[in-house]
Amino acid sequence: MKRLLALGAVVLTTAAMAWAGSDNPPKADGAPKPVITKAVKGEQCVEDTDYMRRNHMKVLDGHRDKTVIEGIRTKKYSLKECINCHASETTGSVAAAKDDFCVSCHSYAAVKIDCFDCHSTKPQGSIAMHSLNAETAHYKHKLAAQATSKVSVEEMAGVAQ
Amino acid sequence: MSKLKPMSDQVPASPERRRFVGAATATAAGLTIAPGVMLYQVAHGRPEEQAASSAVRWGMLVDATKCATGCDDCVTACSTENGWTPVAESKHPKQAPQWIRKLELQDPLTQMETNLPMMCQHCAEPPCVDVCPTGASFKRADGIVLVNRHTCIGCRYCMMACPYKARSLVHEDLDDTQKPDVPRGIGCVESCTLCVQKIDRGDGNTACAEACTAAGHNALLFGDMNDPESEISKRLRELPTKQVRADLNLNLGVRYHGI
Ligand code: SF4
Ligand code: SF4
Repeated sequence: MKRLLALGAVVLTTAAMAWAGSDNPPKADGAPKPVITKAVKGEQCVEDTDYMRRNHMKVLDGHRDKTVIEGIRTKKYSLKECINCHASETTGSVAAAKDDFCVSCHSYAAVKIDCFDCHSTKPQGSIAMHSLNAETAHYKHKLAAQATSKVSVEEMAGVAQ
Repeated sequence: MSKLKPMSDQVPASPERRRFVGAATATAAGLTIAPGVMLYQVAHGRPEEQAASSAVRWGMLVDATKCATGCDDCVTACSTENGWTPVAESKHPKQAPQWIRKLELQDPLTQMETNLPMMCQHCAEPPCVDVCPTGASFKRADGIVLVNRHTCIGCRYCMMACPYKARSLVHEDLDDTQKPDVPRGIGCVESCTLCVQKIDRGDGNTACAEACTAAGHNALLFGDMNDPESEISKRLRELPTKQVRADLNLNLGVRYHGI
């Protein structure tokens, strides 16, 4: 049993290394892996990444009712703030291209997003369109770093549970 | 104002109390509701974590005697602010959403012309809310009647119930053309929101009223009808005004002068 596990680990590591090294879109059993682009603005999400991966829909759901019905417009858990931070540098959107932040995971998990039937997918004064936007100018060094990370199969499996 | 009276009755105006209220106002503006002072704070931009309050009732005074023939700056401003396509540019003008319309009326007997904008009247007793089967149509604490698009099923009962033809259904996919501050989309009903996004931001005015003032017509006055010191309350005290279809007893948030 131990040997089997070890073998499994080796196979997984090799697969992961092969995937990291290839230029083609990452594949696992044929399904394109989500590409998680690091948020351009801000250092830290309002909650831990792990928590947000599992619970973002719950906190968004609670916040939307407070905003629409009571008029409370705090920034924490506001979809607008998610978009402000996570919009892609290339498309200026969280859901315009298949690798954009929201779409990337949602298509992997096969969960339809309804948000953007009504909500704009772009921040106010999109960073892609206005690179000299005063609000985002001081993040330019981050833009240049093009920080992207890819999620492992195990991580995504964890989220799916 | 009914909110204020009992408060000042209960609270004896002791010097200590006064000092405390003063300090609280200076440090945490808008957090403590204190007589008089705080009502002003609430009316002109409340803190973002504070819910809309029924101490305020937002309303609009339309002076039809100042509304200019041929001008539709308020309509343009609304469409720009809220991101709906102007009817003239729409591919399907007959079903294009209209949050505000410019009406030019003529009395058939005297030929007298009247100009006025018509939009959601923000009824205190809104028929649209009465008929909505899902609770999506609702009146916010500060009197603004809205559609919660998260629960609207697009049945359009509210459109039929509204006596002012104020509501529209979005028939087409909007393809990410929405404003970040104004979510709206296919299959949902919508109408004038009194620029709720601007109010919550503390602008204290609507796009239409700003445009009318900028054009020099000054036919639209927006403000808090609950605050006796607001410009709109003062004008409502002085001018003869009417509610459209006052016979329906809906207590409208939009009042007209000169009709
Ligand atoms: S004018 Fe029409 S849409 Fe506006 S609150 Fe009254 S019934 Fe509802
Ligand atoms: S269209 Fe939407 S808001 Fe209007 S009555 Fe139906 S569910 Fe309510």
